[in-house]
Amino acid sequence: MTSVPAAGDPFARSWWPRVGLLALAVYVVYACAQMDISAERVETGLENAGHFFGRLFPPNFARWELLLKGLGESLQIAVLASTLGIALALPLGLMAARNLMPAWVSWPARAVVVVARSLHPVIVAILFVKAVGFGALAGVLALMVASVGFIGKLFTEAIEEISLKQVEAVRATGAPFFSMLAYGVLPQVFSRFIGFATYQLDSNLRNSTMVGIVGAGGIGGTLFAAFQRFDYDFVCAILIAIISLIMLGELFATGVRAIFIGNATLADLFRRGAVQRRDRLVEDE
Amino acid sequence: MLSLRHLSKSYVPGKPVLQDIDLDIDGRGITAIIGPSGTGKSTLIRCINRLVEPTKGEILFDGTDLAQLSGEGMRRARREIGMVFQEYNLVERLTVMENLLCGRLGYVGAWRAWRRKFPAVDIRRAFELLDVVGLAGFAHRRADALSGGQRQRVGIARAVMQEPKLLLADEPTSSLDPKTSVEIMELLAGVARAREIPVLINMHAVELGKRFADRIIGMAGGRVVFDGPPGALSDAVLKQIYGGENWLHD
Repeated sequence: MTSVPAAGDPFARSWWPRVGLLALAVYVVYACAQMDISAERVETGLENAGHFFGRLFPPNFARWELLLKGLGESLQIAVLASTLGIALALPLGLMAARNLMPAWVSWPARAVVVVARSLHPVIVAILFVKAVGFGALAGVLALMVASVGFIGKLFTEAIEEISLKQVEAVRATGAPFFSMLAYGVLPQVFSRFIGFATYQLDSNLRNSTMVGIVGAGGIGGTLFAAFQRFDYDFVCAILIAIISLIMLGELFATGVRAIFIGNATLADLFRRGAVQRRDRLVEDE
Repeated sequence: MLSLRHLSKSYVPGKPVLQDIDLDIDGRGITAIIGPSGTGKSTLIRCINRLVEPTKGEILFDGTDLAQLSGEGMRRARREIGMVFQEYNLVERLTVMENLLCGRLGYVGAWRAWRRKFPAVDIRRAFELLDVVGLAGFAHRRADALSGGQRQRVGIARAVMQEPKLLLADEPTSSLDPKTSVEIMELLAGVARAREIPVLINMHAVELGKRFADRIIGMAGGRVVFDGPPGALSDAVLKQIYGGENWLHD
């Protein structure tokens, strides 16, 4: 019998993760103490919360016209900002792709996308309210900037990950640049693009209910006013309306994705349990 | 038809992959390029349609030096040279029909191509070709739903859609099983015969090359070391191309 080497510890153990976890626990306790988050503080907070939630219910839909007008404006802001923002983001995202474009095109395009991404939509909304005045225009512009930043970046990444073999084959046929884009590049990124675009619409819908708080139009303004007047039952009605709007948007996005990515038909969507991604038949040798 | 003069290529300066290649491809029929891996067969094929930039030398195609072309001129030259790839290089998410029509992109303007408005004659030819390559009824299948052999048939049909004056094939059978390989070679031979064009194929399978080629070019170390009919490909020549001899016989 050959001798078996003495069994060692099969796993490389390191103390550092444990030290790190311990340090995190200590810091959490310290931060609570520092900010005066004590059991008593939580108790008074909860008391106040109970009182507040009591006043939220029952929701008051008496001013439903105001509510619908605000919701409608939010929806318009979201759809406009998504459409225009995505329309701007596509050429920018393409120009920023380093595998298709020379550096003197891609770097400026990347810079624009980075700037568009760097500020939170609320800050951008405040800037636009100051620049173009109160109202929906500022909201649309702010969310457009956000869409350009988000879609531009993801679209660039999607293009940079495509298979260049497929592009090479189209190039070898003598296709001009724009035909090469249409046949070699876009088919490879189309389904991912539908994914981002619906996600962006969803995100713009949520953000469009918020930009109103800084005066950039939509239901957010109504919500803010209701808060300030302590109309908590109306606040509750507005929140319920916003949640319904977002859920509808979510359903819409799921439907769009199922049709474009999962190859479902419109009829499939209304059949129970039919909306699932069909497995692609890929036969490899 | 096609003449390579002093064609050289180095990816890294001082380390040439192709050294001073002189070749003339005339008339029709299959020319097979054989040689060990890494000897520059693929690079040679790709230099011809400038998917790879040659370092120096001339690529005379119908009297024009392709090495000097750029932009529009190069696109015009490329559309007359069909290419078949080892890994088929179909656009996976397009249908078989759309992949075939890719072969017409050099002739159809970008605006028409975006709107999928191809001339009726192109579409008719695409359906005819699908029939020729044995894929009638597959027009609306997506390329990623096909098997390897089927994909390569689409790849060949796409190249033929270009109505090429020269067909290049970069190891068209290396990813396929032996039976399918023979079928693909038969298809390529059929294209060479029917269209009376030269077909330049680089390949690993020596036996397949001997069986189908009218002319064999052996490469080693970035140079042409053999050029002759399949019958002249003796063991001594194979030894010179691939080195060693134990692999030749049991």
